[in-house]
Amino acid sequence: MTTEPLTTATGEPPSPTGAKNACKLCTPLGACMVFMGVEGCVPFLHGSQGCATYIRRYLISHFREPVDIASSSFTEEDAVFGGARNLLLGLSNVETQYKPSCIGVATTCLSETIGEDVPAILRDYRADSALPLLHVSTAAYRGSHLTGFHDTVRQVLLQTLEPGAPALHPVNLFPGMVSPADLRHLREILAAFGLSATILPDYADTLDGGSWEDYQRLQKGGTPLNAIRGCGMAKASIELGETLPTAHPDSAARLLHKHHGVTAHNLPLPIGLRHTDKFIQTLEEISGTTCPATLRASRARLVDSLVDGHKYLAQKRIAVVGDPDLACALTSFLCEIGVVPAIVSTGFRTPGFEDAIANATAITPYTPCILNGADHETLRSAVREHAPEAMIASSKSYPIAREAGIPLLRVGFPIHDRIGAQRILHLGYAGTQNLYDNLVNLLLEARQTTNETAWSYL
Amino acid sequence: MPSTTDILPGREPQVFRKGLSDKLVCDRKSLAGSVSQRACAFCGARVVLYPIADALHLVHGPIGCAVYNWDIRGALSSGPQLHRNSFSTDLREFDVIYGGEKKLQNVLLELIAERRPKAAFVYSTCIVGLIGDDVDAVCREVSAQTGIDVIPVASPGFQGTKKSGYKAACDAAFRLVGTAPTSDLPPNGVNLLGDFNIAGESWLIRDYLKEIGIPVIATITGDGRVDDLRRCHGAALNLVQCSGSMTHLANSLHEHYGIPQRRVSFFGLEDTAKALYDTVEFFRDEELTARARAFVAREVAAVQPELKRLKKDLKGKKAAIYVGGAFKAFSLVKALRLLGMKTVVAGTQTGNAEDYERLRDICDEGTIIVDDSNPAELARFCLETDADLFIGGVKERPFAYKLGIAFCDHNHERKTPLAGFIGMLKFAREVHASVCNPVWSFVPRRSAQHSPTAGLPDNLLPTAL
Repeated sequence: MTTEPLTTATGEPPSPTGAKNACKLCTPLGACMVFMGVEGCVPFLHGSQGCATYIRRYLISHFREPVDIASSSFTEEDAVFGGARNLLLGLSNVETQYKPSCIGVATTCLSETIGEDVPAILRDYRADSALPLLHVSTAAYRGSHLTGFHDTVRQVLLQTLEPGAPALHPVNLFPGMVSPADLRHLREILAAFGLSATILPDYADTLDGGSWEDYQRLQKGGTPLNAIRGCGMAKASIELGETLPTAHPDSAARLLHKHHGVTAHNLPLPIGLRHTDKFIQTLEEISGTTCPATLRASRARLVDSLVDGHKYLAQKRIAVVGDPDLACALTSFLCEIGVVPAIVSTGFRTPGFEDAIANATAITPYTPCILNGADHETLRSAVREHAPEAMIASSKSYPIAREAGIPLLRVGFPIHDRIGAQRILHLGYAGTQNLYDNLVNLLLEARQTTNETAWSYL
Repeated sequence: MPSTTDILPGREPQVFRKGLSDKLVCDRKSLAGSVSQRACAFCGARVVLYPIADALHLVHGPIGCAVYNWDIRGALSSGPQLHRNSFSTDLREFDVIYGGEKKLQNVLLELIAERRPKAAFVYSTCIVGLIGDDVDAVCREVSAQTGIDVIPVASPGFQGTKKSGYKAACDAAFRLVGTAPTSDLPPNGVNLLGDFNIAGESWLIRDYLKEIGIPVIATITGDGRVDDLRRCHGAALNLVQCSGSMTHLANSLHEHYGIPQRRVSFFGLEDTAKALYDTVEFFRDEELTARARAFVAREVAAVQPELKRLKKDLKGKKAAIYVGGAFKAFSLVKALRLLGMKTVVAGTQTGNAEDYERLRDICDEGTIIVDDSNPAELARFCLETDADLFIGGVKERPFAYKLGIAFCDHNHERKTPLAGFIGMLKFAREVHASVCNPVWSFVPRRSAQHSPTAGLPDNLLPTAL
């Protein structure tokens, strides 16, 4: 009999229930996304063949782009005696087949649980090869895809950074798990301030590239390792995601601040007026210039359109479902335009989520039903109880929206039932405009199609 | 000549060129680092049992294993939809350290009380294989408490290949067989094994057999039901379509209940007709044979005119095939031939020696035959053979499109039925719609010049006035 309380290294309390149609993914998926955003990097999962294949299929169905993820293809023997032999062989085969500029090795439940010493195996590999190897520990039972994502960003930085190496860009931008269209737009906004950034990860081209003239082993694009080396000498870092300080206190931007004195700005995802204004103000501060006319005009058009459409959305009850920072930022925007955030739900229990929602809703009298760490079955019950009139979520919420007979605005990840997921723009004034137009039109369409009269004028 | 990737050392014996190579090696574990298109043993078990619609399917493991296959199969049910959920014990670090048995038991009891399934399947994942949870004991205990069959599926991902998962699924399904009376079953009933009712294909095949006069006892596992499995040992014959996944179950049924089996395929006109003829031949009943003949003649006649029209455009085009099991590949080679198309690459994830021998026999000289391939190799083979069409699944689609190659999804995600005579027509239409699409003239690899107007037909090019 033990008298000590049962705990784990990460301090996560036991969770007695399982998941019914989970609304989260596993840590190695997040790691693969980050590695896909490093130039010339092949993601490599140290575990069973299935982990790599499942994640490939999931990402391909969203991005509709080639996603090659290698695996050490564990056998029963490896599970007993260790997978070093297969990892070494696998790395060598990836080097031969892909001629990459680096390989990103993430672990899985299997390799973590048998206690594989991956750093030691990678040292062995380095004895024969000069290829840079990145490594992150991602046991799927510790956290969600976002844990994997942010841990990988931090590890890529830690393992690549060279103290004193010159910064290629004045800004380090850690955007979080946003769409390729968002990444391109963030770059444009910075450019409008005369700023350039090392964006980590940057899968804008690798997960949304053009057609090929010839076979490409690896898609073009991604953050060059050379740019990451100099991140310690940048003028400032921006990380997007307001739950990061509480959920991932050892984030890449904080690390750069702590050890290299790079000013760190933690900002919410720039969705809606308040959040985007904050982002713009930060860029004004870093660049020492005022907001360029193009962005001012973009903001002016957005405000004008919010007025034009405000009566279509006023007091509509809407459910928001997504990764924590996306859900928080969307809620903040909805509160600016008089929408009632009926339910705000995220799939993995995230510290700081409730506070961020409280901040977002402070300007309204409404208190949403907050689900922090809910599966789709819990969400489904909440939808029955709170009867929202529309949903903003990924495609995985479609069955719930359909059952409730309400329209669904697809955002974030994954979107497996529509084309163009990688081109959805969520961020900045332009992204807000895009979401807003689509949301209003979705409600207008619902009103139109359910009306007995075929109005062509609304 | 396009740039080529070398085939990895160790992979060469799994690539065969008809007329040039001696033999092909298969039935191996995937080579580390090769980026195999295969999944794992767990995936194999999960996909095979997935369509059993009134059973509870609980994945005992961390969240990823359950979530990546949530609702990805196009397997339809005519009744319950329980199979379309993704239930997981969602193992966390705590459970990995202290064991997941208690949680498994709690989750099972809750789900069984809530969903009232006819039986439950509990899939073991890698982590369960490592931490040593006694899943069998929990299943026995819950079974005793709830009075339903709770069946463990031994499918840790690292234990063998996807094929080992098929076997684990067959073993699990077989535990239900023989547990219900068969006295009221017709004497000439058949089971259909290895059709998964993608887009309603099992229904179509069932209707074909019914029209001829052969009742179907159980479709395994398409539109599957626990009670059908319980009494499927009362069938006179097993028709085995996806032989890779279901031969083991068919063999068990033969061994224990003496039920003979016939390998069939309901893809393509030739194979669908043969499947029906082989079935009636088994019963040696002249009336059945006459009905089958008339039925086939009528159905073929109904689709022939349009197939002929489509063939005119498709004649001479080249196709690459990469599918899970070999039986589908055989049918596709024949179906493509019917459309005047040539198969230049044929590969499978899980074919065995016998399968590849047969594939070699039916393919033309020069065809590249490949086992457990990867995107780099497949892209290389497509360029080498200048394929016009790729037939595969979602994972093969991106490189085909990037290279300007038409695509037909013949995998389990699809929502279009491609089985039977009408399915052949749908297949031909889909192939035609992609292969003959004008979009290819704009993609860089296909367009003559790499200019913004490259590939535009002459009548669309700006003319000097």
